[in-house]
Amino acid sequence: MTRIHDMGGRYGDGAVKPDAPEEPVFPQEWHGRALALTLAAGALGRWNIDASRHVRECLPPADYARFGYYEKWLGGLANILVAQGIVSADEIAAGRALGPADDSLRNRRLAAEKVVPVLRSGGPSSRPVDTAPRFAIGARVTTHPIAGNQAISGGHTRLPAYAAGKTGTVVLHHGGHVLPDSNAHFGGEAPEHLYSVSFAAGDLWQHAESPADEVCLDLWDSYLTPA
Amino acid sequence: MPHDHHDETDASHPHALLPSEPALRVKALETILVDKGLVDPAALDAIIDYYEHEIGPHIGAGLIARAWVDPDFRKDLLRDADTLIDSLGHGGRQGEHVVVVENTPETHNMVVCTLCSCYPWPLLGIPPAWYKSDAYRSRAVREPRAVLAEFGVSLPADTRIRVWDSTAEIRYLVLPMRPDGTDGMSETELAALVTRDSMIGTGLITTGLITMAGES
Repeated sequence: MTRIHDMGGRYGDGAVKPDAPEEPVFPQEWHGRALALTLAAGALGRWNIDASRHVRECLPPADYARFGYYEKWLGGLANILVAQGIVSADEIAAGRALGPADDSLRNRRLAAEKVVPVLRSGGPSSRPVDTAPRFAIGARVTTHPIAGNQAISGGHTRLPAYAAGKTGTVVLHHGGHVLPDSNAHFGGEAPEHLYSVSFAAGDLWQHAESPADEVCLDLWDSYLTPA
Repeated sequence: MPHDHHDETDASHPHALLPSEPALRVKALETILVDKGLVDPAALDAIIDYYEHEIGPHIGAGLIARAWVDPDFRKDLLRDADTLIDSLGHGGRQGEHVVVVENTPETHNMVVCTLCSCYPWPLLGIPPAWYKSDAYRSRAVREPRAVLAEFGVSLPADTRIRVWDSTAEIRYLVLPMRPDGTDGMSETELAALVTRDSMIGTGLITTGLITMAGES
């Protein structure tokens, strides 16, 4: 069983509403503030991008459904700060600091002059893998029958439910990449070969609009078996 | 996208003197982190400034226009975008690994992230609200043609749609087809035609849309 965030293929969400051409980058001032606060806190180095995704996915479904994008970020940030022992639940409740952070953490504070270099360098997820890729371009592969973390109940995974137990064709090989299913839980980067796998719409959906259309997903080696 | 509704409307209320509830929560968390010595408010300003003013769809549009006029550049962009993008200084957070996918009369590419909202930030900027909406995330994979119709895009039945669901750290950028009637245009003029949505795959570029290419 996956979580509330795994919504690909879901019914009932209504029409997409394209924005106006002059829509501001941050429609409200606090949107930019929430984004910046999340990135600055992330720069403390106490979690990784997979853990930050997972903490948002772990928001209660009712909150996830009613929160806007940056509210999810904010909710996830507060939870991970508490889970990591950086901010206490009492401080969140009080709305103010009840004491300073450890020097070791304060020394990691992102300085304003480092912002642009940090954002420009990013954090590549490619890693060397010392085995040959198991699948060649054109190989037929079947995804794991259940879209869940294979080691941890309720854990993070990047196999969406709609693509579980489906057979598709490898179209790209991206080399080795950090495995989110491990990294999100601080279990190490455990890099694996990453592939783009193409699925025919007719194999994914009961009532495909056009069965020959395709959906491509990036999937790690351990998500796949030969078809 | 009911959950986004208040995001889009609150700021436009000219008489809202009190900040919205999430604005208060951001402020509270910022105060805690600043007081604990973990966040520098000037760094927050710098992050916001970077995403508001430094990066945006004009960067992606420049790559597309150059690919239209320079066959070698196009080949390199399609074969190994990362090397090319890094050499031009356009790499960065949420754009560490980029694959450029080419639209043709036979294949139309479209990008979504059903599990969150992955998007090539250094090339297109911060994703628009619709890209992050439940409606787009849930429907783009199951009924891309119905979603495209909501953007005013209708494709021939024999054009295959390929939807890229960004489930890993690979970010996809669509190379749209160069519109007819642009033979005499300069690279700069062409870049002005390239819309953000055309690089996500929810828009097509026609010369008739010149006046709507204000995103770049």
